[in-house]
Amino acid sequence: MADSVISTKELTRTFGVFTAVNHISFDVKKGEIFGFLGANGAGKTTAMKMLTGLLAPSSGEASVNGFDVYTQSEEIKKSIGYMSQKFSLYDDLTVSENIEFYGGVYGLPTKTLEQKIEETLYTVELMEVKDALVVSLPLGWKQKLAFSVSILHNPSIVFLDEPTGGVDPVTRRQFWERIYEAADKGITVFVTTHYMDEAEYCDRVSIMVDGKIEALDSPENLKSSFSTDSIEDVFIRLARGATRSGA
Amino acid sequence: MSSFRGFIIKEFKQIYRDTRTLVVLFGMPVIMLVLFGFAIRNEVDNVKIAVLDFSKDEITREITHKLSASPSFELSAYLNTYDEVRDIFKAGEIKEVVVFEDDFGRKLVRDGVADVQIITDATDPNLANIVQSYTSNILREYTNSKNSQLQIEASGITPEIRMMYNPELKSVNLFVPGIIAVILMLVSALMTSISITREKEMGNMEILLVSPLKPIHIILGKVLPYLALSIANVVVILVLARFIFKVPFEGSYLFFFLEAGLFIMTALSLGVLISSSANNQQTAMMVSLAGLLLPTVLLSGFIFPVESMPVPLQMISHAIPAKWFLIIVRDIMLKGSGILLLWKETLILVITTAVLIAVSLKKFKVRLQ
Repeated sequence: MADSVISTKELTRTFGVFTAVNHISFDVKKGEIFGFLGANGAGKTTAMKMLTGLLAPSSGEASVNGFDVYTQSEEIKKSIGYMSQKFSLYDDLTVSENIEFYGGVYGLPTKTLEQKIEETLYTVELMEVKDALVVSLPLGWKQKLAFSVSILHNPSIVFLDEPTGGVDPVTRRQFWERIYEAADKGITVFVTTHYMDEAEYCDRVSIMVDGKIEALDSPENLKSSFSTDSIEDVFIRLARGATRSGA
Repeated sequence: MSSFRGFIIKEFKQIYRDTRTLVVLFGMPVIMLVLFGFAIRNEVDNVKIAVLDFSKDEITREITHKLSASPSFELSAYLNTYDEVRDIFKAGEIKEVVVFEDDFGRKLVRDGVADVQIITDATDPNLANIVQSYTSNILREYTNSKNSQLQIEASGITPEIRMMYNPELKSVNLFVPGIIAVILMLVSALMTSISITREKEMGNMEILLVSPLKPIHIILGKVLPYLALSIANVVVILVLARFIFKVPFEGSYLFFFLEAGLFIMTALSLGVLISSSANNQQTAMMVSLAGLLLPTVLLSGFIFPVESMPVPLQMISHAIPAKWFLIIVRDIMLKGSGILLLWKETLILVITTAVLIAVSLKKFKVRLQ
């Protein structure tokens, strides 16, 4: 696949005798929104950590943006964005200081950075609270800000680790609009989620059970092959066989 | 490099905004200095004493006068019988009674020997000890001064005592180096470990590790601001000690700051080490308090002399960096010693620090894999 930005082959990670990720192989195409589903403890986070260069794989192959996860994790880090479920903003810094800090971490030059701060504040509609401490913002605003910060340096892929945890449905819907905007700009979105309605928004979803990928297709195809009308049913059917549900 | 600078700026902003912590960090040394300088002292002033004089002659009057003239004592009662001693101690005001035997003066002149009894209230053993030894000193001085006129029997050898380096036996002189050590442990180790674990707890560390920042930059960015704070704190303590408490400083300031820098490095690497194993701020704080601050206060010789500890505790105290730092600072401040005399202690600190840095860097990297 020439246009795949993430490519794994038999990717495995063990912790002692426990195999967290068990020979998974998949490709993510450029510009697609790829949903990475799985119950708690299925191995989603471990897989994501390997792809973002936080954790070395035990065996198998994987490349992100054409960079090898074993030897080129520094290059990978420069070319990806990452947003964690905790949003990871600094509560005791202001909105613009947070943008400035993360932009600085990714080595944006001062001039570009000033412009970026301005731009970001405008797009997330936080211009009026730019000097307010992040701690005072509602959760939904923090989430918007965290997402903008994660794509500040124009990464070609952004990894979102359960980005909508604890947020109400309306805000979640708005957040997905922002994800579509990013995808329209050509950013590949790799997203894990617990919400099955969100899975329907993805171009393709993979469902992980006990460290293995049990299903991978577009939501429509998955539904028709399991002859059901919701991803939730597909998920439940697959996950029911799981031996190590963490929930 | 600019990303590293941004990191440090952010760190300073966060420290600066956390006013409460900042007040504690700079208020603590001031409060400790005032406490140790004024309140917690080994010397005593104006302890109330009483005299039970069965002789009432010229010599006992003279000695009594000497006792009451001492700034350490305040003569507040004359007793007439032994029975009153118990009552007066029960009342609690009076801490010592000096008893002169019958015919004290005449015996002293005639035989060269006379008995004086010192009774102390030992509910506070420290105080009793000090009061007792002050009284003995005054008595000894008196007999020495009279020796030429009277034939007072000397006990053979009369030691002449000179207290070098701290002639007034001011406790604050001894405590200042200890306070410096405690504050450095607090700012460098405790604060650093808390600040790093906070990043972990809030999930920011994950983002930083996924970013192009190198782990060594993250550690340095976390550590440098506290290095600056620590040095500022040392300067504050030193200025207070020199100008408010008139603590002497005989040695070289340059040498002092080099040694302080070394000890700060020790404490910082301990902080990084703690944060690499602790997963939340509470754990980091408990480990720092119980594992670093307590031993620094109790076992380093800050309050209790290492020499008076049982052997097992002495062995433990050797493993406490603050113990060596205390020796160094006390010798620099009070004796004016240089590296020639302190190379051994310095070397111990250098080796400890090198090992700690190596281990904590390794642990920090291991966590990524």
